Amino acid sequence: MLFQNTLCEEYMYSVADLKKGLKITLDGDPYLVVAFDFVKPGKGQALYRTKMRNMINGTLLDRTYRSGETFEPASLEERQMEYLYKEGDHYTFMDQQTYEQVVMEEETLGDAKNYLLENLKAEVMLFGEKAIGISLPNFVNLRVTATEQWAKGDTSGNDSKPATVETGYVLRVPPFIEEGELIVIDTRTGEYSTRVKG
Amino acid sequence: MKIDALWLRANVIKAVRNFFWERGFLEVETPLLIPANAPEEHINPVVTLPSAWQLQTSPEICMKRLLCNGHQRVFQISRCWRADERGSRHLSEFTMLEWYRANADYHTLMTDCEELLQYVATSCLPNDRYFSRNSVKIDPFAPWLRISVQEAFFRFGQVNVCDCIKEGRYEEILTAVIEPAISQYSTPVILIDYPVELAALARTKPENRESAERFELYLGGLELANGFSELTDPVEQRARFEAANRMRRGFGQPELPLPEPFLNSLGAMPESAGIAMGIDRLVMLAAGAEAIDDVVAFTPEDL
Repeated sequence: MLFQNTLCEEYMYSVADLKKGLKITLDGDPYLVVAFDFVKPGKGQALYRTKMRNMINGTLLDRTYRSGETFEPASLEERQMEYLYKEGDHYTFMDQQTYEQVVMEEETLGDAKNYLLENLKAEVMLFGEKAIGISLPNFVNLRVTATEQWAKGDTSGNDSKPATVETGYVLRVPPFIEEGELIVIDTRTGEYSTRVKG
Repeated sequence: MKIDALWLRANVIKAVRNFFWERGFLEVETPLLIPANAPEEHINPVVTLPSAWQLQTSPEICMKRLLCNGHQRVFQISRCWRADERGSRHLSEFTMLEWYRANADYHTLMTDCEELLQYVATSCLPNDRYFSRNSVKIDPFAPWLRISVQEAFFRFGQVNVCDCIKEGRYEEILTAVIEPAISQYSTPVILIDYPVELAALARTKPENRESAERFELYLGGLELANGFSELTDPVEQRARFEAANRMRRGFGQPELPLPEPFLNSLGAMPESAGIAMGIDRLVMLAAGAEAIDDVVAFTPEDL
């Protein structure tokens, strides 16, 4: 049950609202409740035992609460944005509707940085003003900028070879892939998926 | 799986019923909707409209009045409701077994518990006769561990239980330290003699007014039953109800009406002992189920 907190004019959760999947703000960071249990020893006071994951750095936190405590919901928003450019460790995205720009650090991006090509559209997770995560399309097309020539009749038995794509990412591709070819990469695994024909 | 659990549940309830019938207990039904439960600090009744009567949080009030009316041995299996209690071991609506004996004290109840669990194991768990919890097997036929609350807090937590109560850490230590420690025992464990602050409706020990003749039964760290020698002093009982209401007011909970007819008849109650056992939890232990959800036909979330 959400109720009005008259002090800060914001909706707050009560302990009774705690459940798996709830997102709350704690010490200024967004947390996802990953495990929850209600414990109440005979004739004793109820305790609400939680395990939460920090949605920015992934650390796990165990906390126990009592009746009467309240929590600020985490105001999270997922917005479609376009990748613009990179400056040092900072990647800039823009909302095409509002022209609002957000900057994400390389560490927050994780593996997603391997697939970021100018104008790529992605879902950016915002916590307040701060970009804390990104979800990419499952498949992206990237051009191969460097790979060794496949020697016809190669009998070494290797069924893949390294290739560098235009973002600088290096992955294993089948031997027949040539420089300049456009390939499809599965962003969930980081692996080669198929080649774009024509 | 679910079908098996419901068969087991039905069998456990049948065995419990047989156990008490065979021992000459009268099976009773008392009203579920009542004007007042026994006010407790941490138990919130479900209040119904428009009468503002409450669903019972336990059948204790009415069952003790039956003792006042001259009944000697009574038992009841009934639904109870406690507002906002939901977790892997709690349902807001649950099934409780309670039994009461006139002219007995809590030692008799502990013996009843041993015989009852052995009876249920023999009737419902014919293969190995073990209860289980988190893959620990619990043998009701082996000698049960009985340990005082004070000693348990010393032995397992190296703390004084009275300090824990004063500092508001009792529940935390009990659930985070004591229960995990006793969950390792392969026999049932009884915690006995609670500090008077945790006595509720139990009488204090004649030789020690700071300690109440109350015990809790645990299997695999799961709290299964709570029994005590009944307080029969109406003045003291009223004072405890009022103290519970003061505590409730202190943390912003509504005060609860007192069960006046119960208080009025308490003077006629013989020395007695009574106990409440969670049937859902007994089935969990028989089934080796992790959550209470696994042993009921429907949870509130299913409805």
